[in-house]
Amino acid sequence: MRKSLLKSRRQFIQGTALSSVFLGFNLPLKAQPISTELQQSLPDSMLKPGANFSNYGQPSVYEKDIIRWISANPNVPGNGVSWTPLEELQGTITPNGLHYERHHNGVPDINPSTHEILIDGLVDKPLTFSIDALKRYPQTTKICFIECGGNSNAGWRSSPIQSAAGYVHGLVSNAEWTGVPLRLLLNECGIQAEAKWAIAEAADGAALNVSIPVEKLLDDAILALYQNGERLRPENGYPVRLLLPGWEGIVNVKWLRQLKLVEQPAMTRDETAQYTDLLPSGKARQFSFTMQAKSLITSPSVGMTLPDNPGIYQVTGLAWSGKGKISKVEVSADGGDSWVEAELHTPILDKAFTRFSLPWQWQGQYAVLQSRATDETGYQQPTRQALIAERGDNSFFHYNAIVSWEVNEDGQISHIYV
Amino acid sequence: MFRYLLFFLLFSPALVAEPLFQALGKNAEQQPQQAVWNLTITPDGKNLPIGHGNAQQGEQLFKQHCASCHGFGAIGASAMPLVGDVGSLTDEYPEKTVNSYWPYATTLYDYIRRAMPPSAPFSLNSNEIYALCAYILSQDDILENNVELNEVTLPEVKMPNRDGFSPVYPNKR
Repeated sequence: MRKSLLKSRRQFIQGTALSSVFLGFNLPLKAQPISTELQQSLPDSMLKPGANFSNYGQPSVYEKDIIRWISANPNVPGNGVSWTPLEELQGTITPNGLHYERHHNGVPDINPSTHEILIDGLVDKPLTFSIDALKRYPQTTKICFIECGGNSNAGWRSSPIQSAAGYVHGLVSNAEWTGVPLRLLLNECGIQAEAKWAIAEAADGAALNVSIPVEKLLDDAILALYQNGERLRPENGYPVRLLLPGWEGIVNVKWLRQLKLVEQPAMTRDETAQYTDLLPSGKARQFSFTMQAKSLITSPSVGMTLPDNPGIYQVTGLAWSGKGKISKVEVSADGGDSWVEAELHTPILDKAFTRFSLPWQWQGQYAVLQSRATDETGYQQPTRQALIAERGDNSFFHYNAIVSWEVNEDGQISHIYV
Repeated sequence: MFRYLLFFLLFSPALVAEPLFQALGKNAEQQPQQAVWNLTITPDGKNLPIGHGNAQQGEQLFKQHCASCHGFGAIGASAMPLVGDVGSLTDEYPEKTVNSYWPYATTLYDYIRRAMPPSAPFSLNSNEIYALCAYILSQDDILENNVELNEVTLPEVKMPNRDGFSPVYPNKR
């Protein structure tokens, strides 16, 4: 029988013996050196004034490699994505400069002083709202993830991709969004009984349009103006975007210009040709909207090498569900034969990233690290086999299966399918 | 100090269960009639612009505006294939083209107008868009070669995969 490589937290503490090696030595006290010696021996940063204040802070120059990786069509450079480097980040809030991007024709330049949102169609009073007006409404704040329906779609491929975790799974980010509860504006317009859907349209160079159930708009939709406390970044919808917590990225329409209330969905390109899941029967799932529970070990992860053998590693990652809160994340080091519950870092929020972690004592053996999320509805993240059994392998979108990182005897980590 | 406290007690929104705010929407009775709004073309084709075009005209326009990305004959290049592979959706390697996958021809008009070519959205006039639709659809005999598309005939086109979609919403998974 295969021995479980993962220990409970208590066993792990009892088993730790490495620290005693370092306890036995003391340095003799030296006489205080005179000041010129200090000048020669202290780090440079302590011997001169630092840089001046800055109007808008930037990351350290030593972090210049922590960037969004861009995958775009060379002929249409505004059509593509940039990925959040999930494996390089900690905590749960994605910095605004690293929030993932999906644009269909570039980032538009929109002057907020002339931009308006029109709400019309099956309403008693069609109304427009300026950005200044929107800022005067009661604001609500929601910390939540936004995930592209196409995130992790390399998982459908027949062989496991070896790109960094964020370069495969990083079309998801988590931010604090603030803006106007959309129901206030819809009620101001007066929704007619037949209105079941709204056609949302963006003011970008793709005039992106999708249909959204009015039910969701009245439930928890926000016209977001602020992202992590500051006004939206242009690439995240400045001056105003739709935020539909837990629903796939495409319906969180950026650069929103119109909501037209209608009876039936419009069958736009991005709700028929794209973001639909083709099944083996030849039928395609449409309007799947809610992103199902998912998790991912961000560190250690593919492409990394464990430096010490044996060594203790803090296995950590992210879990999220479009249906609510994460209730449990389990971690396996033996490819799913045995599981240990990871610690969930607070706060555990509805439809938001939850950080999990678990210390792992690696003894140099072959291991397969996995994480498995369960949300508050009881839904459990599926294995890859289970997802493919349900949806075939031409589904392309909405991939949420368990991810497996293989650790070999040299500590090198690669992506495998188990 | 006391005056401020009194103000708070009398007028604080904290005492109001419903959010208190001023309705700031501006009357927009005129906008729905303006051409710049309500651009989306729905399957009923109700607000399709007047115009007409055929496959032969479309072929020329396609070479001029589309082939550099979608390939000659619309079989795909740096951008996705638009034609062919009708009936392939149950194959081991299905190909989702306009003609094999898209359920409504009206969507083709809607998408070309608003997004194509990416270098100049909304640059094609309605005759040109009808002609491009006719060219693409005729490649797989969804439309006969000499039939002219217009605001009446486009919504009448029945795409091969019209019944190929099953909505997850509002049914819960």
